Amino acid sequence: MVQTATTGNLGDRIRSDCQVKLEIRTRGGIEVSLNSKVERMFGKQIRQQAAEVMEALGIRAALLEIEDSGALPFVIGARIEAAVKQIRPNDNAWIPPLIDQNKYESARDRFRFSRLYLPGNTPSMMLNAGIHKPEGVILDLEDSVAPGKKEEARLLVRNALRQVDFYGAERMVRINQLPMGLDDLDEIAAHHPHMVLLPKCEHRSQVQEVDDRIQSILRAHKQEREIFLMPIIESGLGVENAFEIARASERVVAMAIGLEDYTADLGVRRTEEGKESLYARTRMVNACKAAGIQPIDSVYSDVANMEGLLRNVEQSRALGFEGMGCIHPRQVPVIQGAFLPGEEEIEKARRIVEAFEEAQARGSAVVALGSKMIDPPVVKRALHTLDLARKLKQS
Amino acid sequence: MSPKTISNAAGRQVVETLNGETCVPFQGVGKFKPGGDKHAPKIASCSDYPSDGNKRLKDLKTALKKSGLRDGMTISTHHHFRNGDMLANQVFDIAKEMGVKGLRWFPSAAFPCHEHLIQYLEDGTIQRIEGSMNGPLGRFVSEGGMEGTGVLRSHGGRYQAIQDGEVQIDIAVIGAPSADLFGNANGLKGDSACGLLGFALADSQYADKVIVATDHPVEFPCIPWQIQGNHVDYVVEVEKLGDPSKIISGTTQITKSPDRLLLAELTAKFCQAAGIIREGFSFQSGAGGTSLAVGEYFRKIMKEEGIRARFARGGSNKYLVSMLEEGLVDYILDGQTFDLDGVRSMADNPGHVWTSPFTSYNYHGKGNFAGLVDVVILGATEVDLQFNANVVTHSDGYLLHGIGGWQNCLFSKTVILPIPLFRDRVPVVREQVSTLCGPGELIDVVVTERGIAINPLRTDLLELTKNSGLPIKSMEELKAEADRICGIPESPELTDRVVAAIKWVDGTIIDVVRQVSRS
Repeated sequence: MVQTATTGNLGDRIRSDCQVKLEIRTRGGIEVSLNSKVERMFGKQIRQQAAEVMEALGIRAALLEIEDSGALPFVIGARIEAAVKQIRPNDNAWIPPLIDQNKYESARDRFRFSRLYLPGNTPSMMLNAGIHKPEGVILDLEDSVAPGKKEEARLLVRNALRQVDFYGAERMVRINQLPMGLDDLDEIAAHHPHMVLLPKCEHRSQVQEVDDRIQSILRAHKQEREIFLMPIIESGLGVENAFEIARASERVVAMAIGLEDYTADLGVRRTEEGKESLYARTRMVNACKAAGIQPIDSVYSDVANMEGLLRNVEQSRALGFEGMGCIHPRQVPVIQGAFLPGEEEIEKARRIVEAFEEAQARGSAVVALGSKMIDPPVVKRALHTLDLARKLKQS
Repeated sequence: MSPKTISNAAGRQVVETLNGETCVPFQGVGKFKPGGDKHAPKIASCSDYPSDGNKRLKDLKTALKKSGLRDGMTISTHHHFRNGDMLANQVFDIAKEMGVKGLRWFPSAAFPCHEHLIQYLEDGTIQRIEGSMNGPLGRFVSEGGMEGTGVLRSHGGRYQAIQDGEVQIDIAVIGAPSADLFGNANGLKGDSACGLLGFALADSQYADKVIVATDHPVEFPCIPWQIQGNHVDYVVEVEKLGDPSKIISGTTQITKSPDRLLLAELTAKFCQAAGIIREGFSFQSGAGGTSLAVGEYFRKIMKEEGIRARFARGGSNKYLVSMLEEGLVDYILDGQTFDLDGVRSMADNPGHVWTSPFTSYNYHGKGNFAGLVDVVILGATEVDLQFNANVVTHSDGYLLHGIGGWQNCLFSKTVILPIPLFRDRVPVVREQVSTLCGPGELIDVVVTERGIAINPLRTDLLELTKNSGLPIKSMEELKAEADRICGIPESPELTDRVVAAIKWVDGTIIDVVRQVSRS
């Protein structure tokens, strides 16, 4: 039986993290060996926390070596717990409190212009994610976490959901493909995520499976909360089944497309202009609109190219997408800027709506602005724009 | 053995004597008036100097010997070559070779490259450093390794100390990228070109003996003469003054960190909202990644709004130079050149002016330029609820940075510190700073990524920015958030022994640094 475990990260460029080496012993109490860059300021508190975590997990004798690069308590706790569970899988846990700042719920129709991907095993990137004010943050358990780190990432993400203030962003978790994704859910679903992202989705049954698991976890924890779903379409088959997937559960509120995997599935290169994915994208948008949910576009991967990003978002919006993924915080304002209605657009919408209201007051079915006739869908769009502007002002 | 201490006007317990001399505790901003006359060097006579003006000697050792190097002297060097400096180490290698003891090293700043000198602090060649102590030197001093007590001064405070006779320099060794046989020197040309030699100005004027060392002798006259040969005793040629790749911070780049960019953007937006960025304004922003980014956001705003600045104080670098060349800034008043674009611009552009701590920072003068600057962007290791700031020690008690021009810049019209709310687990907003370097009354705005605190004394700024949409918060709110995220740190364990004193710009003692207990 394995009696030693290593979790966490250590290295010159690692910050706000720690590496934990654990050796479970048969006797001799808990020995903590700490090497920390904040030893003089937090050494006592770290040792005390280590003892608490070990006790919560039922470990009475062990050598615990912590190499600390300035990790916050929620990180230290997750690393120690993961080390214990590598050796002795068990149902005990050391779960930090849910901070008051995170006790907000999401809403079905909230804006999802930008959602920022955060690698699920990299605490330093989580801490300041919220200050960039994305509409959503995605704690990612899938592609950004190495296969050997999946278990510890789950615990870190669980703790981050409870402890990191994301300043009003919608808290999303991207789980792994099924069936591993179900294990992810067991660890995180009860800890206040607002939304679960299901990658490489191809069938409605996968959405239902995830939804069922979430509902059973929430019931078990006696939580009456809504956890929304965002399937990610990343293959030809997924695109063909998009409409069914979009309607798989009432908790599906948005659907995203992942173009790196989609183009790989097609055996084509992903290009800047994106002709190769035009069919998939328009089909996706259509499926979402038909199902009454938000279509969300793929990430733009060249983080240094802001002009390219802007062109990409403008095109995306023109196709009907209502949001886009970000892999770097500086992409957030560019994407938001492109999805927000401009002042001119708002002003025009205001005039259209005024003309419509005037016509109604006159009892006339004909709405005109200057010499131009306004059709009902145009009024609907104008109302939508004003609604957007009003909500933005409030947020 | 605890030293005798007294509470100064900032409520800090400071020493009454420093290295055997009585000193004045901080009395409040603008309160201490020195009186008396300035220090003056001895009158020299041309008859004692070569009539053909040729002051060259064969090497540095000969010059140090002829300058009368002996036990207990004060030797000054300068940081124009930053972390590429090779001169200071050579000077003390020679002192060691000559068996000289108990020297006071009085650099304008020290860098990690001076770790070499720790051996001389250990063997008694150097008794103490009066200058910045950071990196390995900071660690050594903080742990009590230095015999004497260190003294940290701002750039302006260093000029003041020399001018007032508080520090009398026996031998100044000035590294000069270009120099002629008479001792005229500048920093503009040669392999070790560094721009200007302003930090050596006071030394050239007041030191008893002045040695100019160059690795690039030029024919008389060396023009412009940033250092005038009339102050110089000896000229020597050395093989190399410094490592050019480290002299110029060629890698001075705008930060790529999204968090710091956000901090810089918030800072610029604050200045815009407060109406600070307006036609004819002036600014100073450092050479750190975040400060450079603030400058770039200034540029963007200035271009969009068609605004031109009258002058920028620097720390020049390629970004500032390009603003000068684009006509966004009329003048750069430069105190330190950070890259080759800065050096080139200073040599070629009449709008790029070299300055000194005398013109820009000296507090015992008839004014200085710092007070004319509309807004200055500075860093800090800690700030506290009273807006006091620390720039020299880390929260664990270790000496980390020099003061540089930081204290002097606090006299600008608006002082803004863009700093992260916490670094790793270390909160930056504290109940009380570990070491007081700048009194809160002079610090106007603290910008963090999680909110902007405006000093309650600045009711004007509070009023101007209240509807700006910027995240204006109280310092107490910022501290509460930092504490929630990090936890409240334990106070570092310190001994009673004072290892360094922090001087205010007027030569009084604003705080002291105590030896850390070894863990």
